Amino acid sequence: MILEAALIGVAAGAVSGMLGVGGGILFVPALVLVLGLSQVDGEATSLLAILPVAAVGTWRQYRYGNVRLGEGLAMGALATVGTVAGVALVNVLPVHLVKIGFAVLLLFTALQMVRRALAADPEPKPEKAGS
Amino acid sequence: MPRVSRNRRLELLAIGTAAGVFSGLFGVGGGTVMVPLLILWLGYDERTATGTSLAAIIVISAVGATAQAFYGNLHVDDGLLVGVPAVGGVLLGTWLQQRVSMRVISGLFALLLTALAADLVATA
Repeated sequence: MILEAALIGVAAGAVSGMLGVGGGILFVPALVLVLGLSQVDGEATSLLAILPVAAVGTWRQYRYGNVRLGEGLAMGALATVGTVAGVALVNVLPVHLVKIGFAVLLLFTALQMVRRALAADPEPKPEKAGS
Repeated sequence: MPRVSRNRRLELLAIGTAAGVFSGLFGVGGGTVMVPLLILWLGYDERTATGTSLAAIIVISAVGATAQAFYGNLHVDDGLLVGVPAVGGVLLGTWLQQRVSMRVISGLFALLLTALAADLVATA
């Protein structure tokens, strides 16, 4: 179980680093489908797993000059009411609605990936500054 | 919040609130919401939007995880077991990015997400 969890983390991080998608889109299904957490527990735990990834990502992007730190931290702090409301909402909504909503988010992200794949140069590219 | 004017603060409040609700609801950082809004509304370029959204995600995910802990939904051990190795994964991913075809990776990832969505709906 420990090995599984660590491997999931490395894989999710690698995809995140390559494609610039957030870790949450992978952490949630991994925590739910592989480690057997409930949907809401998986979402809660994903938020904790995102923290170190976002912190290191911010530090690296800051060195590339891609982070407006004051505005980013302000935006995060100003998001607090919304974040707490979102957490309260997911704790009262029927779980099947949450799952269907998350499935829609997965499909939306898949669509973005397909569009990017079609637009992408088939050859390897130099490093982009995405997260 | 120094260095941020009042008007700007209202704009950041609107974007942050939308991202926060989205983050709390789905357990993701909220970059999906913030990045396009920062680009379209505040005129950020894509890299700066992505980088700046990461800084916001640090705060949003910390607040969201804490709120979820009050509901008793947070599995701290699992979160750390997945999240800490993920940092190494990100470094591996950025290294791989220069060496593999993005077209193939993006396509495979889209397939994986679609399969996960189907799995999720099947158990909904």
